[in-house]
Amino acid sequence: MSQIENVSLDEIKHLVSNRAIEGETMLLNMGPQHPSTHGVLRLLLELDGETIVNAIPDIGFLHTGIEKNMEAKTFQKAEVMTDRMDYLNTVGNNFSYCLAVEKLVGLDVPERAQYLRVILAELQRLASHMVWLGTSALDLAAMSNYMYTFREREIILGILEMVSGQRMMTTYIRPGGVWRDVPAEFEGAVRDLLKILPKRIDEYETLLTKNPLFIDRTAGIGKVSPEDAMSWGLSGASLRGSGVNYDLRKFAPYSSYDHFEFDVPLQTDGDVRARYLVRMAEMRQSIRIIYQALDKLPSGPIRSNNHKFVPPLRSEIGTSMEALIHHFKLWTEGFTAPKGSVYVGVESPRGELGCFLESDGGTKPYRVHFRTPSFDNLQVLPVLAKGSLVADVVAIIGSVDIVLGDIDR
Amino acid sequence: MGLEQKLGEMGVVTAKLEDLVNWSRSSAMWPMLFGLACCAIEMMAAQAANYDMSRFGMELMRPSPRQSDLMIVAGRVSRKMAPVVRRLYDQMPDPKWVIAMGDCASCGGVFNNYAVVQGVDEIVPVDVYVAGCPPRPEALIHGVITLHEKVKREKMKDWA
Repeated sequence: MSQIENVSLDEIKHLVSNRAIEGETMLLNMGPQHPSTHGVLRLLLELDGETIVNAIPDIGFLHTGIEKNMEAKTFQKAEVMTDRMDYLNTVGNNFSYCLAVEKLVGLDVPERAQYLRVILAELQRLASHMVWLGTSALDLAAMSNYMYTFREREIILGILEMVSGQRMMTTYIRPGGVWRDVPAEFEGAVRDLLKILPKRIDEYETLLTKNPLFIDRTAGIGKVSPEDAMSWGLSGASLRGSGVNYDLRKFAPYSSYDHFEFDVPLQTDGDVRARYLVRMAEMRQSIRIIYQALDKLPSGPIRSNNHKFVPPLRSEIGTSMEALIHHFKLWTEGFTAPKGSVYVGVESPRGELGCFLESDGGTKPYRVHFRTPSFDNLQVLPVLAKGSLVADVVAIIGSVDIVLGDIDR
Repeated sequence: MGLEQKLGEMGVVTAKLEDLVNWSRSSAMWPMLFGLACCAIEMMAAQAANYDMSRFGMELMRPSPRQSDLMIVAGRVSRKMAPVVRRLYDQMPDPKWVIAMGDCASCGGVFNNYAVVQGVDEIVPVDVYVAGCPPRPEALIHGVITLHEKVKREKMKDWA
């Protein structure tokens, strides 16, 4: 076990300005155990009085070796690791990984499965934005929202549990389709949720949007220009808050997102408040998408019937010898993927979540890499925080919506 | 009002000091506000309206280790985080307890690799293990009640 060592100023000389070395500015350590860093982020703040001269993020406190671990598992079994990366967007992680596997081996997904994927991904987006809203408002001392958003999040988690048996780590989306068909009560449960949700979102907005205290804490704080946002590689609401119209669901539609009508909410201010408004509007758009997907939900198979890659249904195993052989082969040695590499990006609640998959022709991925949105969104933090006050750092971290599991993996 | 009328003229209550101390320790246990990974979200859910940990006198999460009695290790502990977790534990005043929430904190979970400490009991003494990946809020509450029962059984002669 390594001991915590006292870091001397010499070791961090390249990170901080000369003024800090001379003792003119103060160095302040924030985290890794801090209630508003949304996990185990450590920030080294250089302060001139209460103004921030520089903010240096120190990550890796949650490094889990997920990408390395996935190389030791077959393509199907590696999927359970993806859930645990961005734990607020578990369905979306499975989604990007499965799309990559499907692209690698050339699998077609039936339309019903595609629609179910969209419904669940949008439900997950709602749940993720609810956690974001609750916690980032909590950081600004608005406690009620946390209670309200977690109340609605429980309903969504109930639906996820209904379809997959797990509240958070669903692994419901599988290469080639989904795990099982949804139960009969699924549609009713989602419709009940959608019926109450617009009113509940109004309720959240009543508490915050026009609240003068909230406006004071958010408007004009943590500004980023559209050019900066693009060159820093921001994505998701952090990019759209600066007025850049980029949403993968619209511009590179996957899994039949082009069948649905929805808008990409934009704001031009590029500050904390703009990012807040974008996410609130996104929640309403998600509701629109889920309504359309439910109305148009086709019947039919829920996974591809290419049994070289996709296990046969449980019911077939008892009656068909061939199904039994396929099942046995898939769950012992797995399937082989052709040599090559693919990249697939999906729009996660935080931005572009990309999965890069390289295969050497075996049954296990040779290399898996995730281009995670939180990682790229975090690196802009020094730009956002420079010149603002210490208390604003909390608002800024909340507004870029980082998940440390997503950053460190 | 209520209690006196029910019990009549009850001016004095006698009890063993051991029971009284254990009762008070278990009824207002302040957890440290300290989340690591996925389990932290379920810990927050356990604090929120639906599960409401304030029923057990635990609604007050202290972000400072100096003011807390209970450390809920919610999530996987990486090698980089391990010295920090130990330091936080050392900073907590006695008496203190630890709950390892979830499979990763209990035994490493699905992550048997170079980066994750295989169970937080390698670095801090754990009182209660809660299984699940992540455990449901009910499971965490069950773990907390189990800990309360354990605290109520503590013996005076064992206090440091």
